[in-house]
Amino acid sequence: MTSQLVLSLISGIFIAGSAAYLGTLMLSRKMAVVAGPLGHLALPGVALALIYGFSISLGAFPFVVLGILAIWLLEMRTKLQMEALTAIVFATGVGIAFLFLPINKAEAALIGDISQVGIYETLAAVILGSAVFVAVNRSYSKIMLLNIHEDVAKTEGINVGLYNFIYLSAIAIIVALGVDLVGGLMTAALVAIPAAAGRNVSRRLVQYTFVSASFGVISAVIGILVSTFSGLPAGPLVIIASATIFLITVPMAKA
Amino acid sequence: MSETLLEVKNFNVTLDRSPVISDLNFSVDEGEFLTILGPNGSGKTVLVKALLGLLSYKGELNWHKKPKIGYLPQGLNQMSVKDMPLTVRDFFGLKKIEPSEILKHLSHVGLESGVLNKSAGYLSGGEFQRMLVAWVLSSNPNILFLDEPTTAIDVAGGETIYSLLKEIWQKHNLTVFNVTHDLDIVYAYSTHVLCLSRFGHRCYGVPKEILTPDALNDIYGTNVKFYTH
Repeated sequence: MTSQLVLSLISGIFIAGSAAYLGTLMLSRKMAVVAGPLGHLALPGVALALIYGFSISLGAFPFVVLGILAIWLLEMRTKLQMEALTAIVFATGVGIAFLFLPINKAEAALIGDISQVGIYETLAAVILGSAVFVAVNRSYSKIMLLNIHEDVAKTEGINVGLYNFIYLSAIAIIVALGVDLVGGLMTAALVAIPAAAGRNVSRRLVQYTFVSASFGVISAVIGILVSTFSGLPAGPLVIIASATIFLITVPMAKA
Repeated sequence: MSETLLEVKNFNVTLDRSPVISDLNFSVDEGEFLTILGPNGSGKTVLVKALLGLLSYKGELNWHKKPKIGYLPQGLNQMSVKDMPLTVRDFFGLKKIEPSEILKHLSHVGLESGVLNKSAGYLSGGEFQRMLVAWVLSSNPNILFLDEPTTAIDVAGGETIYSLLKEIWQKHNLTVFNVTHDLDIVYAYSTHVLCLSRFGHRCYGVPKEILTPDALNDIYGTNVKFYTH
């Protein structure tokens, strides 16, 4: 196994595992789809990173934060549905990106380039992925209660502002890291598909989170390994592996 | 003699620039079972949310004792948790309640240990509501806010919930704020009633003393047939 493959696998495992874990919360809040437009919004940042030669995730992060702030402010101001707002944000991100994204580098931005990941990016994936995992783990029950009924959560003494902040920060970090693994077009798949598959086979919460995170990790490993041996890009393969697992779990779903 | 728990003075709540509650005054003693009565659109839920600090208000809201509140809102039912893999045990786990404690609280509402590993979203309407009562009580509140706690269940189930709530109210020495538009509930379970109407008419006091036919006509704006029990 080459050292490059080891780096890719480590990054992939940490990004996909924590993304799927976070995804179990996003699925329960019907927010899984929001990660997609946020990934698209990251594209201008990815374009900048490619032009000036720095980390794709680093370029993506400020744009994702900006996107989350924009959606949050627009929702408060206009009371429009989240879908409408994310559609606006999505189109804007893609539009701006293609104004100055060098077309010969577009592939890396759109479908990710985990096979070229360096030591510092791997380190960032391990540290930030673990940080998200720990933060989500510590606040899981409180955020879940918020998802179920915000007013009840408030009367039970939960600091809604704080936990929404933790939740959105975790989403921003995961989307920025996810752009490296599967590109700006497919980040939603990293959070949504393993969690949906986990939901299909789980009856209890602990089972749901463990199975979903495992599905995320397995998909990343399969995608990256198949990519190494086939020469096809890893990002789409990770998503296809994940979708295959989902299809396998469909017959087990509770109707 | 019981002590005053809550004083509300010159209380105003505005939603979307139109006043929903204006210049409301009342006080609640410890241990009261207060029903907030009124037709749809009279601002019952808005009042409860403002008292809970979930909506902004103008005026005075003085708790004489530090309130420890349990809240059973409208619209929290099986559907809210149906798309999540949550067992009853998981649902209590969201508040870090130990399994032995869970069983104790479930037994208070007449549920057996068998429900512990059932999916919360697949309990019957009545079971879910009883489970919620146990869940709210597991934080050991001294005040309960109930917003139409029986809308999702049939009449028999609703009566079971109310007799259960009455029993718990007496046993745990709670103060209860209960929202309903059902007059029967007021007579059967409440020590006091606060009535709201869309036309600004209000009353506050002991149900049998203040809920006269005239008062009810003022509140509901039409001839209401009613029977004292």
